[in-house]
Amino acid sequence: MATAIPAVDPAAYFEWLLRMGDNTLILGHRVSEWCGHSPVLEEDIALANTALDLIGQTQFWLGLAGEIEGRGRTADNLAYLRDAAAFRNVLLVERPNGDFGKTLMRQFLFDAYHLEMLRALVSSSDPRVAEIAGKALKEVSYHFERSADLVIRLGDGTEESHRRMQKALDELWPYTGEMFLDDSADEAVAEAGIAPLPSALKAAWDKSVADVLVEATLVRPEGTYQHKGGKRGVHTEHLGYILADMQFLQRAYPNSVW
Amino acid sequence: MDARTLPEPKEVWRWLDEVPDPEIPVISLTDLGIIRDVAWDGDTLVVAVTPTYSGCPATTVINLDIETALRSHGIEKLRLERRLSPPWTTDWISEAGREKLRAYGIAPPIDGTAADGRLMARASRLAGSNLAVACPRCGSTRTEKVSQFGSTPCKASYRCSDCLEPFDYFKCI
Repeated sequence: MATAIPAVDPAAYFEWLLRMGDNTLILGHRVSEWCGHSPVLEEDIALANTALDLIGQTQFWLGLAGEIEGRGRTADNLAYLRDAAAFRNVLLVERPNGDFGKTLMRQFLFDAYHLEMLRALVSSSDPRVAEIAGKALKEVSYHFERSADLVIRLGDGTEESHRRMQKALDELWPYTGEMFLDDSADEAVAEAGIAPLPSALKAAWDKSVADVLVEATLVRPEGTYQHKGGKRGVHTEHLGYILADMQFLQRAYPNSVW
Repeated sequence: MDARTLPEPKEVWRWLDEVPDPEIPVISLTDLGIIRDVAWDGDTLVVAVTPTYSGCPATTVINLDIETALRSHGIEKLRLERRLSPPWTTDWISEAGREKLRAYGIAPPIDGTAADGRLMARASRLAGSNLAVACPRCGSTRTEKVSQFGSTPCKASYRCSDCLEPFDYFKCI
């Protein structure tokens, strides 16, 4: 396909693509940790399928990141051979799974953001971004419907499930703000028409999250303090453990192939 | 194979009609609608393939199967291209493919029921509307969704309330 590449600082573009790919990679890995451990078989399968979609999307985003960087790094190189400080995912997606309710709450808060981001990216000025977004959007629409549905069922469920969902929401809420922070890399890609400013997605996210929380009989936390750092490589200790697990084989047996 | 004997793309399509999907072997890759183009670039045959889902683990096997089939028909120079746009939709599953799915025990997709991320499915359920998925075994439309995800990313799990059999529904995207 003939590709008209928008004029943009390649370093900023690379940075932005890493954020897209690292969010889906780390969340995909986290969700895959449930494989074989879920409360019921159907949910085990659903979580594994969600993880699979996210890892598939990671291959596209990190593949394009490697292309933009132009140093010959592939999606696999970027996934397996970077250290924690080089990862650009938001802190929310590296939060530990906790119980099933907390995993679903994290998924829902991210899905609601992911959906708005992909909807905007479908009309990206870079056709390569638009086509990845078009593909991912179909999958993420299902992710969001499922996670929202389960947040409602568990929130408006038994006393115990309600309690756990509210606790999950209270714990994860201070990690949602980072998804909507703008920095110079975001501004550069927005300027080039490649992607929206993260802050521009906030209003739609607030609305879709609020609608679901009301139906789930859950109370949106009051606090305004927000953790940040993941987008620029400052992570919590949890990421190191994820990478130790995920990268072990490639680190111990360099260049081994499947 | 010299230029005069290069097979027509039509012929290549017929060969691809014979290549089964690795996960649902009753339908072919062309029934599934994932072969997007067959063309000659000089003396190289170029086949454009689109993935069903981003992370579909069958993608590698599908490419290998395409290559094996075309080599067995004497194609020497071959290039497989990944095409993401327009993204694959279940609308591209052929009529014949839908019948084969049903006969195999998988309910084919009901067009126009794809998730759009606006909780449409939930809204329509709450409003009492029922876009019924018919049981592929007994034909009953008294069925219920067990889970939005089934044995592969492209399917959901359903159960028939009449014959009580569980079955896969090829969900719409």
